[in-house]
Amino acid sequence: MTTATPLEQPREQPTVDRLLAPVRDGLAVAGRNLIALRRVPRLLIFSTVQPIVFVLMFRYVFGGVVGAALHGVSYVDYLMPGVFVQVVVFGAVNTAIGLAGDLQTGLMERFRSLPMARSAVLSGRTTADLARNVFVVALMTGVGFLVGFRIHNGVPAFLAGGLLVLAFGFAMSWVFAVVGLAVGDPETATAAAFPVLAPLVFASSAFVPTATMPGWLQVFADHQPVTITAGAVRTLMIGGPLGTQVWQALAWDAGIVAVFAPLGVWLYRRAV
Amino acid sequence: MTAESATTQPAAARPAIRVEGLGKRFKDLVALDGVDFAVPPGTVFGLLGPNGAGKTTTIRILTTIVRPSAGRAEVLGTDVVARPAAVRRLIGLAGQYAAVDPNLTARENLRLIGRLTQLPRHRRDPRAADLLARFDLAAAADRPVRTYSGGMRRRLDVAAALVPEPPVLFLDEPTTGLDPQSRTALWELIRELVAEGTTVLLTTQYLEEADRLAQRVAVLAEGRVVADDTPHNLKARLGTTVLELGMGEDPRAARAAALLTDRLRQRPERDGALLRLPSPDGSLLLMDVLHALEAERLTPRTIAVRESSLDDVYLALTGHRTDDRAPDPGTTLEGPPS
Ligand SMILES: Nc1ncnc2c1ncn2[C@@H]1O[C@H](COP(=O)(O)OP(=O)(O)O)[C@@H](O)[C@H]1O
Ligand SMILES: [Mg+2]
Repeated sequence: MTTATPLEQPREQPTVDRLLAPVRDGLAVAGRNLIALRRVPRLLIFSTVQPIVFVLMFRYVFGGVVGAALHGVSYVDYLMPGVFVQVVVFGAVNTAIGLAGDLQTGLMERFRSLPMARSAVLSGRTTADLARNVFVVALMTGVGFLVGFRIHNGVPAFLAGGLLVLAFGFAMSWVFAVVGLAVGDPETATAAAFPVLAPLVFASSAFVPTATMPGWLQVFADHQPVTITAGAVRTLMIGGPLGTQVWQALAWDAGIVAVFAPLGVWLYRRAV
Repeated sequence: MTAESATTQPAAARPAIRVEGLGKRFKDLVALDGVDFAVPPGTVFGLLGPNGAGKTTTIRILTTIVRPSAGRAEVLGTDVVARPAAVRRLIGLAGQYAAVDPNLTARENLRLIGRLTQLPRHRRDPRAADLLARFDLAAAADRPVRTYSGGMRRRLDVAAALVPEPPVLFLDEPTTGLDPQSRTALWELIRELVAEGTTVLLTTQYLEEADRLAQRVAVLAEGRVVADDTPHNLKARLGTTVLELGMGEDPRAARAAALLTDRLRQRPERDGALLRLPSPDGSLLLMDVLHALEAERLTPRTIAVRESSLDDVYLALTGHRTDDRAPDPGTTLEGPPS
């Protein structure tokens, strides 16, 4: 650009280079979101009560029926990876709620007038939600241990499974960043999320094997990312031939972020 | 590009904010329709207009939040569309609604803004403390903003705009919702900032505010500038006095209005039982008016001759009042008993 610099430039140019600015500002925004989470713990409590109820219900209500079809794997070991995935998928709605809230309070408007990276408001939110997922998944692991869930395949593979869950949650956060910016208010975001998430989570192998589903549903269920991620996490945590599932899951995550992150930033730039 | 014009002019002559032919449409709605104005550095410029006039839209364009559909705007010689990132380093914005995080404390809010405006780390805390003291928020500084009153949030919002010590400050209806005491304090603060060299563009629906603070006022009506002048000249344009006659009852006021229109070629504005007549020379007109009314036994119950306010200017320029507040009783004299 050849435009002359303004004659008055009273504030120093930032010294951090352009590539670092998104990280620096993203962390600042993430820090702010985490303070809010700590200060309003009910946000966290509500999002953990529901999956705990799920664990107890599924473990003891369906355990007997489903267990028979699992060829020697105990149902709780089958269930917990599915619960982890379910928790982060539903948790991603928080990303939409948070961003829509920032739009409503006018905070987004202020951010847009500040000399900060354009991606930071979104990456700060998805990063904070990632940190939140670390906590929630750890808590759910604890709950799982209480009802008979066990590490079968060594700690490193178990942790790798956890990371895969978190990666999927992060990708879903970007989807909901777009939803939040598009709908613009927290209530609508919540209402819009459920009809999309319910089939994704329930028409999947998260809680029961897909084998008993009708053929047409099985086609969907077997190829959608919740099933693929849950399957990959299960293989890592329970053990068994890895195949390509882990790579497929990672490909889904990368694909989702590649589509929704730019879309989100684009929406952020023009949201009014 | 515009670089040539920017570099050939001496800095002193160049406005801090320049807006030329600014237009903004939202689908079918024309929010701004060819707005022009310029703000000299180190002054307060008032954008005055009722709800929906286009004040916020103008500020949003100048602060790079939305793009104009037509025209250009620059801040300290930097084009807001071509170089938004550079503009953002020159400005502070306190929007129409307090934009602070309710879950953070006031101090945390200011620190966050310091971080996001690249204020060096060692200056963030002192700057926050300084602003909290200046805005009378020190006692509540470490409470979540959720617990604040509307006025406290508003003050924090303006404080947040000041964190990076911006040379150009945008304040969108800064005193709306403030109690009179906070309002006066904020006016004082704005004056201090301007004395230190800051350029301020503020919008307001309060004519008194524009009159008290601004060196220049642009009156905005339905997306157009209908006047751009000093408050003094705006008042002079309409005449310096306004005659107000309280007629007691509506029908009497209507008859008196018709009479004055006929006999004196005046066009009084009627507001219930109250008639208003702008005039360059209130007391002379008063004699004529009283004579004419007396002859028809329409003696006013109350009579007031007052300085015309920007409210009157607004009425003359746009055909309607800025709001429905009761007129300032000001210098009302008790009329003779009738
Ligand atoms: N994002 C938007 N979408 C559609 N119309 C808008 C939008 N923002 C403002 N307007 C309209 O533009 C006009 C000017 O609005 P605004 O600039 O907010 O006025 P003011 O701040 O003077 O009250 C109004 O009619 C308003 O309804
Ligand atoms: Mg407005």
